[in-house]
Amino acid sequence: MSKKPRAAFFDFAGCEGCQLQVANLEEDIIKLLELVEVVEFREVMTGEAEEYDIAFVEGSITRKSDENRLKDIRERSKLVVAYGQCAVSGGINRLKNNWSSMDDVKKCVYGDDSNLAHLDTYPTRGIDEVVEVDLYIPGCPIDRDEFLRMVKELCLGKTPRLPNHPVCVECKLKENICLFDQGVICLGPLARAGCGARCPSNGSPCEACRGTVENPNKNAMHEILDKYNYTVEEIRRTINLFGVNPEVKK
Amino acid sequence: MSKDVKINVKHLTRVEGHGNIVVDVNSGKIEKVEWQVSEAPRFFETMVVGREYSELATITSRICGICSIGHTFASLKATEAALGVEISEQTRVLRELLLHGETMQSHILHVCYLVLPDLFKVGSVLPLIESHKEVVLLVTKIHRLANELCDIIGGRTTHPIRPKVGHFTMLPTRKELEGLKVRLEECLGDLKQLAETFQSVSDGFPEFSRETEYVSLTNEKEYAFYDGEVTTTDIDKVIKADEYRGVVNEFVVPQSTAKYGKFNRESFMVGALARYNNNHAQLTSLSKEVAELLGLSGINYSPYQNNAAQIVECVFAVERSINHVDWLLLQELKVEKPEIKVKNGRGVGAVEVPRGILFHDYTYNDDGICVAANCVIPTNLNHNNIQKDFEKMVPAMLDIPQEELRFNLEMLVRAYDPCISCSTHYLNVEFKK
Repeated sequence: MSKKPRAAFFDFAGCEGCQLQVANLEEDIIKLLELVEVVEFREVMTGEAEEYDIAFVEGSITRKSDENRLKDIRERSKLVVAYGQCAVSGGINRLKNNWSSMDDVKKCVYGDDSNLAHLDTYPTRGIDEVVEVDLYIPGCPIDRDEFLRMVKELCLGKTPRLPNHPVCVECKLKENICLFDQGVICLGPLARAGCGARCPSNGSPCEACRGTVENPNKNAMHEILDKYNYTVEEIRRTINLFGVNPEVKK
Repeated sequence: MSKDVKINVKHLTRVEGHGNIVVDVNSGKIEKVEWQVSEAPRFFETMVVGREYSELATITSRICGICSIGHTFASLKATEAALGVEISEQTRVLRELLLHGETMQSHILHVCYLVLPDLFKVGSVLPLIESHKEVVLLVTKIHRLANELCDIIGGRTTHPIRPKVGHFTMLPTRKELEGLKVRLEECLGDLKQLAETFQSVSDGFPEFSRETEYVSLTNEKEYAFYDGEVTTTDIDKVIKADEYRGVVNEFVVPQSTAKYGKFNRESFMVGALARYNNNHAQLTSLSKEVAELLGLSGINYSPYQNNAAQIVECVFAVERSINHVDWLLLQELKVEKPEIKVKNGRGVGAVEVPRGILFHDYTYNDDGICVAANCVIPTNLNHNNIQKDFEKMVPAMLDIPQEELRFNLEMLVRAYDPCISCSTHYLNVEFKK
């Protein structure tokens, strides 16, 4: 691309913590602006544009009216990037889907008012369940450095790739004591690396907020569970936290 | 006057979440003045039902990216109250310090990235990189420090990793604390400079005030953030946090996916200005000085002054953070491993987060599994007050150009620092089996 690519940021149902990670680049934002021209970013600027080269989409889809807005963004954009786990898989919002009836979900929160049209909701989706997605930047929240790297590579015309090894690899490199040895169940053997094993390095188990690797070594996971006397059910519970789709996204 | 005014701002910019401003005036007759909240509700109360007590803060932290630390603490406090878990002085000080980091981070983001562009008459902070680079660099320096404080104490700037029920999983090193102290001390000068810059352009706010009720936590010990009981400018007593339902009185309205609240008047305000109005006598020395510089006095009735109160609170947060770091440096810090016994019960946690008073209320069964939850979000509580401000402002300003009125209304909403995405999902969860 000869001119700077025109980038826009959009958000759907989520906590907006991932766009906060962009704001948290601090002085590096200035460098980012040398690479892309930000033409629309409702949370930080006034202004709109008709077309974009890259649309960064955050948040999950939870109602019909948001589908239309997302489709419109897709039509006007050359590339669509799902950034943050809510956009990638529905994220934590997908926990709502454990309820069998959306009417019960609405009643639980809004009581007798739950039938009001503007409170409508349906089971949470990642954005690729509504439109085609060109690139995924996973995580809850995203890793700022990974975001910057992937944007840089996009601008250089490269195809950015995610690490495809488990969090355990990064954890070992950091010489952390394995949490299983400390009596804590951890998703490191399945989860996709790229975060620098951030949670285990802070004494807290990996919750696979970035999803799993493409071809997880299930046998190894079973062996670990057997060795430390855990059941599959116990890890399934945690994997469920961030809406990780069994069909792993590349 | 026979004037037509049509204002329709869809998805107001430079606020967190989705809200609309609609004003319809026909021949001087006001047909409609509305602050609408159109954010998609997320139904967090249903997400936590069936989850273990140790998972609750992980989930509810995701209510809000900007105040994830405050949500974490309201959540941990509610769980600890329900299970009867006591925390150590070390854990309390670390939590207070981390909360100050978040207050600073959030207030700076709001006042400087979202509000300052209005005062410089530009669409965003981006043009200021060219025109006022020194201001932008000052802002990013303070913002970076706030974030790094959260990293050092919480393990991550957003959605903190280390704070858990009853303890922290990892502690800052002595070297990190010493480094933090040096930078916090330097930050006091930076904040003073920022306050002066803000003051030099603050004549850009419209003249507008409306007396309302101001609700916040308060405690005898200090200007309340982490702990306290509820008070308001309309009462001279305190109300226990677990009796919050009698204060917030939430209700559903047609123009909003977020609930509204009211107490002794038709509406009330929460947030930095409410805290200031209730607790300003307990501010620290430099924060008092900055309050004076920014023209804050006893009780302030202009919602635009919420911005000034946020700067004052940043100064307070840094002064108190220095005290906390000093205390931590005097201790032999140790990772604690509390024994937690699950039991059934209900607990309420109340914390002052950047946008105001926050409540989490959980009920657990015998196995420590959550069976009901209710979270009351400060932005929720402010929506009604914003609406009432609109209803006073529009008739009073019908003679100014429409564009100026629109701008004033936008600035008014921004002054509240609304966090709309976190305000749209809460109330009265009764889990029915």
